[in-house]
Amino acid sequence: MADSSTLIDMQNITKVYQMGETKVLALNGVSLSIEEGEYIAIVGTSGSGKSTLMNIIGLLDSPTEGVFQIRGQRADGLTGRQLADLRNREIGFVFQQFNLLARAAAWRQVELPLFYANVARSAARGRALETLAQVGLAERADHKPEELSGGQQQRVAIARALVNRPSLLLADEPTGALDTRTGEEVLALFEKLHQEGLTLVIITHDQEVAERARRVITMRDGAIISDSPGAAATAAYGGSNGLSEPALAPLPRPVAIEQIQERVYEAG
Amino acid sequence: MKLVRYFPVAVDSIRANKMRASLTMLGIIIGVAAVLIILGVGRGASEDILGEVASQGTTRLTISPSTENEGEGAGSAVETLTMGDVRTLSDPAFHPDVRQIVPQYGGNIQLVAGNENTRARVTGTTAAYADVHRLEIAEGRFLTEDEITQMSNVIVIGTTVATDLFERTQVVGESVRIDGEPFTVVGVLEESGNAGFGSNDESGFIPIGVAHGRVFNVPRYRGEYVVTSISADAVSEERVDAAERQIEQTLRLRHGLGADDDSDFSISTQASLLDTIGSVTSTLTLLLSSIAAISLLVGGIGIMNIMLVSVTERTKEIGLRKALGAHTSDVLLQFLVESLVLTLLGGLIGIGISYGAAVLVSRVPGFPIDVLIGIDALVMALGVSAGCGLVFGLYPAMRATRLDPIVALRYE
Ligand SMILES: Nc1ncnc2c1ncn2[C@@H]1O[C@H](COP(=O)(O)OP(=O)(O)OP(=O)(O)O)[C@@H](O)[C@H]1O
Ligand SMILES: [Mg+2]
Repeated sequence: MADSSTLIDMQNITKVYQMGETKVLALNGVSLSIEEGEYIAIVGTSGSGKSTLMNIIGLLDSPTEGVFQIRGQRADGLTGRQLADLRNREIGFVFQQFNLLARAAAWRQVELPLFYANVARSAARGRALETLAQVGLAERADHKPEELSGGQQQRVAIARALVNRPSLLLADEPTGALDTRTGEEVLALFEKLHQEGLTLVIITHDQEVAERARRVITMRDGAIISDSPGAAATAAYGGSNGLSEPALAPLPRPVAIEQIQERVYEAG
Repeated sequence: MKLVRYFPVAVDSIRANKMRASLTMLGIIIGVAAVLIILGVGRGASEDILGEVASQGTTRLTISPSTENEGEGAGSAVETLTMGDVRTLSDPAFHPDVRQIVPQYGGNIQLVAGNENTRARVTGTTAAYADVHRLEIAEGRFLTEDEITQMSNVIVIGTTVATDLFERTQVVGESVRIDGEPFTVVGVLEESGNAGFGSNDESGFIPIGVAHGRVFNVPRYRGEYVVTSISADAVSEERVDAAERQIEQTLRLRHGLGADDDSDFSISTQASLLDTIGSVTSTLTLLLSSIAAISLLVGGIGIMNIMLVSVTERTKEIGLRKALGAHTSDVLLQFLVESLVLTLLGGLIGIGISYGAAVLVSRVPGFPIDVLIGIDALVMALGVSAGCGLVFGLYPAMRATRLDPIVALRYE
């Protein structure tokens, strides 16, 4: 049983996507526990299941098998309403594709979570503008996505994830579309919030970004192949980079579908 | 209430798709405008007719013979209403609530003047007819008491008769022949303006005695000339019912009817006529409005169609909203309010159009009727529009709530 500071606890999580006849095993027996106040980077090759894992942590998706707990509560025991409220108040999600509303001004996008948190309209606008200023977009508040650059859209999405002051921030490639300087600014903001207690989980392809985390999780073929303290954590002991990519990574091979199928059928 | 929160969201979304929204609303606009205009025309027409009837006096009663319901003459009038009845009914001692009694005997007959001739409904009656039937005289005067008692060969004619015979209406003093017998025109009636109900434009009036004795071949019943109808005027609108009872009693007594016998006459009042007209016009209006309501239904289905398209188109948005914490009820209300705003807006525009039409019609000189749109019709139109929005928006909104956020987010 996880202790009280455990935010997320996953045991043997699998996720199977059914694509017509074939089944895709996106997560294959992932066990992971995230403590309050952690700063985690998730790395791994494309298609290794990072986003899938993130969706499950963010209560957007449910695992096919395995036990998922948030603050000691099983997610499959929560109602849709409770899940929605948790997503709204506890979790900030920065999507890999920014997922902005096509025709809404930036501040309206940022205001959305506040609308569902029943914050009064006037107060919501103020907070949305404030958060936009935090990501350096104060002057772009009235611009629509089509009038913003990719990096600016990314920052609108980040502001939206932060506006409800979540305790857990999940960011799928948050610096992917940003130049080095803006990327650095965004990370600095994340890290400042982390100092203030925000739990941070970032998916990244960028070594430099990963190295700043206290813990680095590497995935391949739907499984965690390494979970180690990051460079930032080990640097103090003069240790090496925690990323344990083998020099010659084997080519991703198709998962043995039949094996999984059996398991899925048994389960349900 | 929390519902208000969704209105700005709905308005934003409608604004983003102005063209589509206006096309969608068109169905509701046309439906609402059609229903309101038809209701307005129906109401205008019935007020018009009712006004016409009321202008002829609401205190009048008409006594007509019943029709035979068996035997050879089935359908024709029972000829038992006579001048004897008229005389008895004229006694105020037994009929305190009856002010006037006016006998009528009429038929369609040829009128000749010079080389011209025309057929007209010529009625033999008494001087009080003009008062009881509220006749307006344009030229000359109506028949006088003296002319009635002396059975003078005088006639009062309607404007159509006058123009048919003389090509003008200033014809007092001219001579008209009936069956070769000359009649002096003493008056011409005011044109009634409407060709239909209660018009006397194609009528002529002569003294009752002349009609009975010389113009028509009138049968007698128990030695008295029969009449085609008797008009009575009650002392006041409140006493019409009392007058009716007094007349009925006298006539049943005079006609020797037992307690179980049916009356051989019927009494109709203007009030009962008003009732009948009212129910006929409202039935007609109802029928027409239900046809118009079909266009509302079609409009509503249009709304449903567009809302379904909108839900599909905005799958991603719905997914996002759910991911950001929207409850099922939030999504439901968002889409319901959106369709509600669409239909209410359409309803309001439809109301505007129907009002515009009503004003336009009232400006057209000589247009036969007014389009009358009451507050009740407006409230109903708004209610129906809102109802359409809710009913036809419900299914698409429910579809929206069923979307799974992660699937919806991936939707392209
Ligand atoms: N909705 C889905 N239906 C079918 N297969 C899916 C679905 N979502 C993901 N997958 C599959 O699951 C696997 C993991 O996908 P996921 O998006 O988690 O990868 P990722 O690690 O985030 O990759 P990237 O770095 O490219 O974003 C992939 O093979 C992908 O094709
Ligand atoms: Mg991904």
